[in-house]
Amino acid sequence: MDKVRVIEIKKSVFAENEQDANALRQELKDRGVYLLNLMSAPGSGKTTTLIKTINLLKDKLRIAVMEADIDSDVDAVKIKEATGIQSIQLHTGGMCHLDAEMTRQGLDGLDLDGVDLVILENVGNLVCPAEFDTGAARNAMILSVPEGHDKPLKYPLMFSVCDVVVINKMDVAPYFDFDLEKCKEYIAMRNPNAKVIPICAKTGEGVEAFAQWLLEQVQTLKH
Amino acid sequence: MHELGIVFYIIRDVKAAAAENSVQRISAVVMNIGEVSTVVPEYLTDCWRWAADKEPLLKGSELKINMIPAVTQCQDCGQEYETVKYGKTCPHCGSGNTFLLKGNEVEIKEIEVPNN
Ligand SMILES: Nc1nc2c(ncn2[C@@H]2O[C@H](COP(=O)(O)OP(=O)(O)OP(=O)(O)O)[C@@H](O)[C@H]2O)c(=O)[nH]1
Ligand SMILES: [Mg+2]
Ligand SMILES: [Zn+2]
Repeated sequence: MDKVRVIEIKKSVFAENEQDANALRQELKDRGVYLLNLMSAPGSGKTTTLIKTINLLKDKLRIAVMEADIDSDVDAVKIKEATGIQSIQLHTGGMCHLDAEMTRQGLDGLDLDGVDLVILENVGNLVCPAEFDTGAARNAMILSVPEGHDKPLKYPLMFSVCDVVVINKMDVAPYFDFDLEKCKEYIAMRNPNAKVIPICAKTGEGVEAFAQWLLEQVQTLKH
Repeated sequence: MHELGIVFYIIRDVKAAAAENSVQRISAVVMNIGEVSTVVPEYLTDCWRWAADKEPLLKGSELKINMIPAVTQCQDCGQEYETVKYGKTCPHCGSGNTFLLKGNEVEIKEIEVPNN
């Protein structure tokens, strides 16, 4: 007689999260809340870009922000001080990404009454967040110039799940031999539909293009 | 860390499967891990040891890893090739119009339950 009995499972580890994410996406759509999932490597400029973008849009849209961090609340405080909008910090308890369930818990901590747009600043990381659908309507990522124009080749999944790629810190492009055209070409190899928006979050240059894209997205969802 | 998060999902799914099958103890969990899935098998087994030993159901259990080689198919000439060796460009006809057939799996294949 065999010492062990084998029970077949044959189930993807991501399957349950995908179901949760699809359910959350539908619920948000029904409530008229647009959720944007913003991802990048640590320090690419997510918080700086969000502050500039929110200040351009806050008269047109009711916005709230969820800042995911392994363990601190500096970003949520920064957003609140610089824009005055509702922002909360989500602690991931050591996890390198947010999944749909954690996103839902975060949303429960916000007052969504009248809110049109919720932006989730995901954990700084180019690998894990790409694998876990948060239930967001759209994914955006920021690639900053010092990281190099070859990143779309090295992190294909991240670039293939993003609807828009913001290229930040264009002010330092000359110091890093950053080739924007090459970068666009590599992004297109991963994702021909991705929109690429070069910006400098520090001065605000180019940020209107991202804000405009976001405004159109939110308006489209509502109709 | 990436692998620890994955281990938590495995534990969640395995617990559910154990409850469904009225299983009290699991001696091994067998995973199918694709070669290009971004999961590092050694990290996964290290994280497993740490997290699984905290669960009565899984204490001392082994995480067995079955690596799945990555295969890409070319949409222009229809041939298949090794993804890791040639990447996105078909070595047969040079086309970039290719897609991954397999090798991206992070999948629980089966669980092993001791007979008593
Ligand atoms: N030169 C330059 N620096 C920038 C630009 N945008 C952001 N920075 C700087 O980059 C650093 C990181 O910016 P953050 O906005 O905190 O980046 P983040 O992605 O939110 O960082 P984490 O949340 O820690 O992952 C800060 O010192 C910013 O001042 C830019 O356009 N140009
Ligand atoms: Mg930040
Ligand atoms: Zn071919």
